[in-house]
Order: sequence, then structure tokens, then C-alpha cells
Amino acid sequence: MEHQQPTPTENIELELLLQAMYLQYGYDFRDYSRAHIKRRVIHRLMQSGLSSISELQHKILHDPLCFEKLIRDLSINVTEMFRNPYFYKSMRQNVIPLLKTYPFLKIWIAGCSSGEEVYSFAILLKEEGLYERTQIYATDFNHDVIQKAKTGVYPIKYIKEYTANYQQAGGKHSFSNYYHASNDSVIFDPELKKQIVFAVHNLVTDAVFAEVNMVICRNVLIYFNRKLQNKVLDIFDESILPGGYIGLGSKETLQFSSLDGRYKTVDAKEKIFKKKIE
Amino acid sequence: MNKQTTYRAIVIGASSGGLHALKRLLPALPADYPCAVLVVQHMSPHSDNYMTTMLNMASSIKVKEADEKEVVVPGTVYVAPPDYHMMVEADETISLSVDNKVNYSRPSIDVLFETAADTFGEQLIGIVLTGANADGAAGLRAVKNAGGYTIVQDPEDAESPVMPAAAIRLAKPHSILSLDEIIKVLLKPGFVLPL
Repeated sequence: MEHQQPTPTENIELELLLQAMYLQYGYDFRDYSRAHIKRRVIHRLMQSGLSSISELQHKILHDPLCFEKLIRDLSINVTEMFRNPYFYKSMRQNVIPLLKTYPFLKIWIAGCSSGEEVYSFAILLKEEGLYERTQIYATDFNHDVIQKAKTGVYPIKYIKEYTANYQQAGGKHSFSNYYHASNDSVIFDPELKKQIVFAVHNLVTDAVFAEVNMVICRNVLIYFNRKLQNKVLDIFDESILPGGYIGLGSKETLQFSSLDGRYKTVDAKEKIFKKKIE
Repeated sequence: MNKQTTYRAIVIGASSGGLHALKRLLPALPADYPCAVLVVQHMSPHSDNYMTTMLNMASSIKVKEADEKEVVVPGTVYVAPPDYHMMVEADETISLSVDNKVNYSRPSIDVLFETAADTFGEQLIGIVLTGANADGAAGLRAVKNAGGYTIVQDPEDAESPVMPAAAIRLAKPHSILSLDEIIKVLLKPGFVLPL
């Protein structure tokens, strides 16, 4: 099926759909990158055989199951273990030594999706002898992915890639120490979950829930417009203790935000910043 | 060619063999070229920005890796970062995403072309160069449907003919040209450049 070229009418329909989703269900995508949202919505449109965004709007207002499908399409679920391994390597070299001086640690992994990054951090902290005194909060707005993250079960087909990532990230042992294979899946060691609290939290509509020593939020802010980016960074700033850290995605930055100037750069390439102690 | 149209942006998609083609095409453009140029070149997700640095050194027009939220301006070439899709927003800023691969590719040519067509409409030129897959075909069709001008590198002239051939089949472009001819068109007075 060939999708017709977007028209100004389609942009109006999209605006109304986002408004409807917010009013009916409380999910607010109005300040997301519109080009991204449009691609996802059109994808859902084609999957469901509907001919216009207005039809989709009607459907989601009256059919919560249809809304659930749309939410799944709109959530960012591309992730992997030790994604961008040099980020983790830099963590080990530039951040962990300082974190070791703390008696107790809290880390917030925001927009954690299905949890691959969370388990990566659990492994890293274990190897650095920090895990037992760390509390990890792992959050995402999507209920489904949080459920998936809690299981710690992933398809076996990615394990080769994850193993390579783990090694490049400075992994100290054999990656297979942390999981066992079962049919088409790998099941990560339940010990890794001990210090993790998985919770549904929406960065767009919910407030700060804890003070933490480090926020990890990678490749989430790129989906937001500048206004929403600033709002979310302010939430992180409120949560991060003086001397604490924030780690972002490789194309994300604190520049242009109110945090610029109050954080110093730890690793410019891997986008790791430290809150100054004022 | 419609002489009434003022072109404001050019999108270029290239895959295997693309680096050689871009090394010839981009240095041909003057520093004050009146269009913004956005490029997707397929590459390994683990690439560094060597290609962009090298293309910038070889060209008078500024060539840079795209940053998210930056405003697209004339006289600049924006290259999609490895492992990110590059999109153009309605306010003519660039946004990036790590969404699923499209046509096995991230960055994907289709993603850039479709969003740029949405923003620039008939003020856009789309060019599909050499490559060994079918990414860019649907995107080029979107450029054409939005009223933009479409060019595909002649498969016989391309290092890898599959991608141009796929784009020709699906989009039925306005022109099928060799790389040298594409460069001539982009520099032809009364097309992009003033008479």
C-alpha cells in the first residue's frame, strides 16, 4: 500500500490525535519530535488498515487496546547490552573510581526500555565491587517494556553482539558467567536484579522521585523538542546530588540547557558530565 | 525543469561506492551554494567521523556531521551520524533517532527523504547515487510526490547499480544522469544557482 504524501490536513489531524491521547489517557507526546511521531503514527495507520489519522483518533478514543498498540509503536525500544561500549569503558575509568568513595549509591536509569542497559550497569557495578551498596531505579513510561525488563530474559540471537560489546566495554570476566541459555533465550542471573527497582515513570508528566548520584538517560532526549528537553533536564538536575553525574547519548548535550555551566565535562565524546559542587 | 521553483534543499542518498561519488560531488559545490545539502551515506554503526572530516577538508562548502536540533541553512552539507536516522522537522531543524533500521539501514535514506519532502515540498531536490540495496527508492518517490525534483545516478555510471535501478523503478525520476552530469545540473545557472 502506498501512503499518500502528507498534507497540511494530515498535520492538523496529527495535532488533534496527540491532543486526544493526552486528554483521554494522560500520555503527552505533543512536545516530541514531530517528524518521528508522524512516521510512527503512519506506520500504525498502515498496520491497522485505516485510511486517515482522524480514523485512528476515533479508534483510540473508543478502543483502549488500539491505544495500547499505538503507545507501543511510539515508545523507543531499540536498545542493546553495553550499547556504545566505550561509554561503559569511560564510566569504568572516569566515574567509578569516584563513586567508590561513597558509602551508598543511587543510580537512576531513565527511559530504560526493556532493561538491557540496566543489566549492563548491574554487571559493571558488580565487577567494580560497587553493586551491593547501590540502588538502581530503572524507569520507563511504557508498562509493557518494564514488565519485560523485570524478567531479564532476552533473545539468544543477540548474545554474540552483546558479548563483543561487553568485552569492548572493559568486561573483566566471561560474559557467559552472567546468564544461562534456555532454548532461544538467555536468562540473566537473578542476582543481578537484587538492587534494581523497576518502575513506570513518565519523564514528560511525572516529577522527581529520588535524589541520586547518577542519572543515565541515553537516546531519549533526542526524541523531544528543545522545550521538553529543558524540562526533563531540569528534572534530572533536581534529582542529581552535588558532585553527581549524568550520562547521555552520543549526540545529546547539556549545551543550550539551564544545566550548561553548572556541570563540567568528564568525557566530551561519551557525553558524561559532573554536577559542580557549589 | 521548472524554472519558477526556488530550490532550498538537496537530499542525497548513497550506499556502497558512495564515498567515491561524494568525494567528487561535494568538492564541486561552492562555499556559498544557495541550498542546504543533507546526506545519508550508509556506513558501519561503529564508524567515526573520519569520512565527514575528510569530505570537509576536500570541499569549499562546509561539510559537518549533523547535530540534533540544528537549523538547516544554505551553504552547508549535513551528514547523518553513524547509527542514527536523520530527519528534518517542519521548523527546518534536524532531529536524530535510534529507531529500528529501515531497509536494514540506520541511517536510512528513506527516512531522510520522506521527512525532508514533508518539510521542503517542491523546494527540494532528491538524488539517489550508487548503492547495493533498495533504500532511497520509496524516499525518492515521496520527494517526487511532494513536487520536488528527482535525480538518479545512471546505473551504468554507478559503482553499484542496484540502488539507482530500484529508485528508477519505483520513483520514475525526472532525470537519470551520470555523476558528471549531476554535478553540471547542480551548478547550472537558472536551476539551483541564479541565472
